[in-house]
Amino acid sequence: MNMANLLTLAAAVPSKSVQATGWFLETAWLIPALPALSFFLILFFGKKMKYKGAEFGITAIALSLILAICCVGQWMNQVDNASDNYKKNTPYETEEKYSETSSQVLEENASAEPIEVASAEQMNIYAAGEESGYEAVAVDAVIERFTWWETGGKKFQVGIMVDGLAVMMLFVVTVISLLVHIYSTDYVSGDRRYTHYFAFLSLFSASMLFFVLSENILQTIVGWELVGVCSFALIGHWWEEKPNSDAALKAFLTNRVGDMGLLVGMIILFWSAGSWSIVDINVAAINNEIGQTTLLIASLCLTAAVMSKSGQFILHTWLPDAMAGPTPVSALIHAATMVVAGIYMVARLYGVFFEGYDIAGSSFNVLALVGSVTLVGAGLLAFVQDDIKKVLAYSTVSQLGYMVMALGVGAWTAAVFHLFTHAFFKAGLFLGAGSVSHSVHSFDMKKSMGGMRKFMPTTYKTFIICTIALMGLPPLAGFWSKDEILVGTGGWGLFGGTGGNGSYVFALVMGIIGAALTCAYMTRVIYLTFFGEFRGDTHGHGDPHESGKRITIPLIILSVMAIGAGFLNLPVGFLTGNTTNWQERFGHYVEPVATYFPAIAHGTPSWTLAIFSTIVALTGVGLAAHYFFIKVNAQSPAATELANGLTAKNKLAKAGHTVLKQKYYLDHLYTDIIANGTKGPVADAAYWTNQKGIDGVVNQIGKQAANSATFVYEKIDQNLVDGAVNLSGKASEGLGETTRTIVQRGKVHQYAAIMFAATTILAGLFIVFV
Amino acid sequence: MTIAQYLLLSSVLFCIGIYGVLARKNGVMVLMSIELILNAVNINLVAFSALTDNIAGEVFALFVIAIAAAEVGVGLAIVLLIFRNKKNVDLSEIDQMKG
Repeated sequence: MNMANLLTLAAAVPSKSVQATGWFLETAWLIPALPALSFFLILFFGKKMKYKGAEFGITAIALSLILAICCVGQWMNQVDNASDNYKKNTPYETEEKYSETSSQVLEENASAEPIEVASAEQMNIYAAGEESGYEAVAVDAVIERFTWWETGGKKFQVGIMVDGLAVMMLFVVTVISLLVHIYSTDYVSGDRRYTHYFAFLSLFSASMLFFVLSENILQTIVGWELVGVCSFALIGHWWEEKPNSDAALKAFLTNRVGDMGLLVGMIILFWSAGSWSIVDINVAAINNEIGQTTLLIASLCLTAAVMSKSGQFILHTWLPDAMAGPTPVSALIHAATMVVAGIYMVARLYGVFFEGYDIAGSSFNVLALVGSVTLVGAGLLAFVQDDIKKVLAYSTVSQLGYMVMALGVGAWTAAVFHLFTHAFFKAGLFLGAGSVSHSVHSFDMKKSMGGMRKFMPTTYKTFIICTIALMGLPPLAGFWSKDEILVGTGGWGLFGGTGGNGSYVFALVMGIIGAALTCAYMTRVIYLTFFGEFRGDTHGHGDPHESGKRITIPLIILSVMAIGAGFLNLPVGFLTGNTTNWQERFGHYVEPVATYFPAIAHGTPSWTLAIFSTIVALTGVGLAAHYFFIKVNAQSPAATELANGLTAKNKLAKAGHTVLKQKYYLDHLYTDIIANGTKGPVADAAYWTNQKGIDGVVNQIGKQAANSATFVYEKIDQNLVDGAVNLSGKASEGLGETTRTIVQRGKVHQYAAIMFAATTILAGLFIVFV
Repeated sequence: MTIAQYLLLSSVLFCIGIYGVLARKNGVMVLMSIELILNAVNINLVAFSALTDNIAGEVFALFVIAIAAAEVGVGLAIVLLIFRNKKNVDLSEIDQMKG
């Protein structure tokens, strides 16, 4: 992409900046504070209350929702005023006017850039931006902060940063969280840890809101970890059963892997930008004050964090297992909190990623690769799951892949918009799945469901609506956001081009394949759950029945949002005449026009692409519908698959099916080979060395060598393929056992000696080199 | 008095402390040796604080004292429990937690 193109398409670089103000925006810290307060209230007084503490949680989150809506209103008002004033006044008048207001606002506001007279060039950019519907007046984020402590001249601050993105997330998190709270009063009623459950639900919401509002990367890290801890507690809510507590541990530990990346990345950013502040870091990255290589390394580290938190390949394995938690929690994790934390972090630090990966003008980067691989890989996995929640979990992984990919190709607004719409329909789907399972007491689609549309009409209708939204069929929410992502890849060059940040053709291709996959596996879910014949056993309780009002009302609200959310960001060119004011509203309010946001290019919406992707999606629905609704149904209404299907006839298809069933063998790799390998074997060898002393060493080495030779001979000779896998496991097991016995004998004095020796060496190095 | 004398004193204390930690088998003695090490550090901190006329060193020494007190509190509690359960406090016999 050449420079001229960039200028015409870029969201104009702000030449003026306006400080947003307003009571609700400046006191947004109340929004996380309320659920946090409710956490303690439930913990201390919950059991004595009439509704066992649920009332605290619901009240707090409802108040937070009201505050969040007020924030949304105030923010929109500020943005509108800013652009209106700019149009009315000449640049010089505006300048005076705003320098007055901004002086009243917080002195510490780091983002209040010095106001300069717009150069001719900047004015050109402004004009270009105006044409494409973007006003060039920067509305600076509301930043409130105080110094927490100070040492060695470095200030550590705590504060809030409220801009369009944060306000949008506040709304999403509080809405979903409130609906989940209400839903939970029915779903987990009678649970033995009911009060404890609501306490953690409150803390979970509070952590996510805190994370969203964080003003500096220290707070981001704290919020990130808090969300992780809460998800651990909630996934393992029914910890009496081993698989549940295993799933909780898996979620926590897998996230720790990515957290290392987060820590390292954030430390790099701090040292290179010299500040913890998100605004400062972004500004430094955008203005090339940090070297490209440094930014690239930081971006790679942070991408590892995104991969674990947002369930991207190859660290996604915890996410489907996290289904062990109560269903409302899954809805909350998958729609509004936890997994979108990764997306939000990238969106927040977009200056770093944009410059680090050099997104503008290239056609490949790690973020786009990870996202597109995830979206297709997880879509395939969703086909072979029988557990309805696991299908939805893989679907979430796949949709998160869309978002990561969109961020990778520079389609920032599309990614955030997809996050927004996805939150509603995915929460609707999870809660719908919960409603079905509430009635049949199982999540297994093949064994316990089928024909549910007769028994649960409301759940059926809302589920269908949310499914169509997820499939991305017009005119529901998913269509608009998915289409914007496809446009944003800039890969649609066939019909005149769409002009994104670069030509990410592979991302476009993967995105379209993913759309077809999504349609097909969701058709399978619909058939297995709601059509055919009821295959479950109600143990003499009669037919399954519709869930209560506290379950169905959240479903209805979410399906209404799944229909409506997409209209918030209608593409340019879709509407004509007076109604053009209604296009790209979401992007207008959410996408920052400020110094801390890079000048990203916006793709031009394309009718041909929209029609093509819809046809592909419909093909996906059609093929799956043909298989299930016609072929399988003809075989028997109770059947779940064809007796003589492709997998039964074709060896290759069978092999593919097995690989998918085994989830690409990633769990085996992590647990059997890496984890078991390291803990056991190293330890044994060392134990032995200790026992026998120096005399034994020679003998032992001989024996070990003989043993391993025999072992190798037998394994390779007997079973070449299986043996290879086992061998690598054993090898690392042996290594682990050796280390364990030498170093970890439980002798306190030995530990102390090693510690002192290491300290001495470190001190020596310090003296020599520093 | 020069700084060297303080440093000498503190390094002697430090070495005695390390010797105690490594060589003693009695848990209580090891705890006492750790106190010696910490106090050796304190002497350094205070000495340099006086030398450079910077109060930070003394403040830091106060922190170290507070933390040392907490550490001994926890340490003695552990030793007490070990004694209750095993009837001796020989550190070389406490190895149930090994990998």
